[in-house]
Amino acid sequence: MDSNALSAGYYSPEDLAALWISLKLATCTVVLLLLLCTPLAWWLATRRSRLRTLVEALVALPLVLPPTVLGFYLLLFLGPRGGGGWLTGRLGLAPLSFSFGGLVIGSVLYSLPFVLQPIQNAFQAVGVRALEAAATLGASPRDRFFTIAVPLARRGFLTGAVLAFAHTLGEFGVVLMLGGNIPGRTQTTSILIYNHVEALDYRGAHHLSMTLLVACFAMLLVVYSAQRGVRASPVPT
Amino acid sequence: MTLAVSVDLKRGDFRLQADCAFPADGTSALFGRSGSGKTTLLRCIAGLERVPGARLHFQGETWQDAGRFVPPHRRRLAYVFQESSLFPHLDVRRNLEYGLRRVPPAQRRLTFDDAVALMGLADLIDHRPEQLSGGQRRRAAIARALLSSPRLLLMDEPLSSLDLESRAELLPHLERLRDELSMPILYVSHEIGEVMRLADHLTLLESGRVRAQGALHELLARPDLPLAHLEEAGSVFEGVITGHDEQYHLSQVDIPGGRVALARRPVPIGQRVRVRIDARDVSLALKPPEASSITNILPGPVVDVSPDRDPAQCLVRIAIGERWLLARVTRRSVDRLAIRPGSRVYAQIKSVALMR
Repeated sequence: MDSNALSAGYYSPEDLAALWISLKLATCTVVLLLLLCTPLAWWLATRRSRLRTLVEALVALPLVLPPTVLGFYLLLFLGPRGGGGWLTGRLGLAPLSFSFGGLVIGSVLYSLPFVLQPIQNAFQAVGVRALEAAATLGASPRDRFFTIAVPLARRGFLTGAVLAFAHTLGEFGVVLMLGGNIPGRTQTTSILIYNHVEALDYRGAHHLSMTLLVACFAMLLVVYSAQRGVRASPVPT
Repeated sequence: MTLAVSVDLKRGDFRLQADCAFPADGTSALFGRSGSGKTTLLRCIAGLERVPGARLHFQGETWQDAGRFVPPHRRRLAYVFQESSLFPHLDVRRNLEYGLRRVPPAQRRLTFDDAVALMGLADLIDHRPEQLSGGQRRRAAIARALLSSPRLLLMDEPLSSLDLESRAELLPHLERLRDELSMPILYVSHEIGEVMRLADHLTLLESGRVRAQGALHELLARPDLPLAHLEEAGSVFEGVITGHDEQYHLSQVDIPGGRVALARRPVPIGQRVRVRIDARDVSLALKPPEASSITNILPGPVVDVSPDRDPAQCLVRIAIGERWLLARVTRRSVDRLAIRPGSRVYAQIKSVALMR
């Protein structure tokens, strides 16, 4: 790495703006996804509904769908002539396409399975026994959910949150289709890396790439060490 | 009778069709082989299974009928599961407090410290469930159930899946629980020995149907029920310790209709105890025996003589006080002594048979 790597000149103002947008985007996405996925994962883990298979397939779609496809349809939907654009228009707001809000919606959809599946698996692993025991001890369904299910599924929440955060940082196709690469507004780090390379600014590309590499690696370390803790719980003799 | 249950449930080949009632005091056992529907019935009572058409009434409250289903958390009962159900993310103290905190202080029937003392958990309070042995987990689960101050304590085979040592360790705790708390207990078991030590009332379940219901001592001695034909068949008597013989290390117990000596029990004079007399340890004589090593002699009239499973043996039922004593003797002896209903006999029980 450069000798002045850690000095202020390591990142250009444009780089800093992109990093900030990526950070903001990943944070908003994770918060929204946790709020959205917790009830959905609980429903999928505890109810036997015919809708369940359909919902599971639908939310797993972003795993296999090309990001450009998702981005394209979201662009149409959120644009001035789409259903989302119509709605924002009725509310007196600007269309969400080419805006930070649009990026958040795209990221939420794109990273949904990364949060939903770990939480759903963790809820399933809680099992009925602990919840039944809590019920016979006088805990209402809501009480059981917060005092038994959520604490026992905490590793699923951690895994989901970290994966979604890292996945959002690395998102490219959806952002490009939907956000359009506007510096300071919708230009994320991964897009800017692409711009640097296009402009043959390999040094700039390298700075940002290394930042993402290290950040993502650190986050995966957190996930794997948390999962390790599940297998090897300390049992003193 | 203050818990009335009516359930009709079909699940695959199995059908549970039970109409029964349980007293609201003392310990009731739900006894039957594996697969007879005991656990399912217990789960229905707890509200963990919602069987359509079932009816449940407890002390004037309707827990379930055509238009009503009270969920388990509003029934104010507690349930001790067959396997460990301690919350793995909480230590023993927090597990115990889980039930306690959900009871308004005015309705609490025992304190945290009472439950800890009763179940012998003082040294384990800061441990996590995975650090406990099977027996310790069971005790913690029972303490947790007690602290929720239930109006009814349900236990599903509290001693099963434990090794002999843990069982021996847990049984006295269950006896204390029965004797010291006036909490109605309904528990499931397939071990008659356990039932004979703990229960007052018995419901016999056979392939999903209630075969018989009543006081434990009556059902044990009824020759038309399978209990009297079990290898470990016997009778139970309630008595009072009236003296200790320190020289020979025996305790003297007065039961209605007689007096028996048994192994010295570490309890004070005046204490109520239960005496179990196995049918195979009882022999019969027509006259009070003299110069015999047997000192436990209970006189009484023969109620009936019934064939046993083994054609060489008979079951003789003798009335002692208000209860029945069951004797398993050979058919030859019955014929030789001409024992028939109404005969007056002297039942002899070796004290060493009462050492347990």
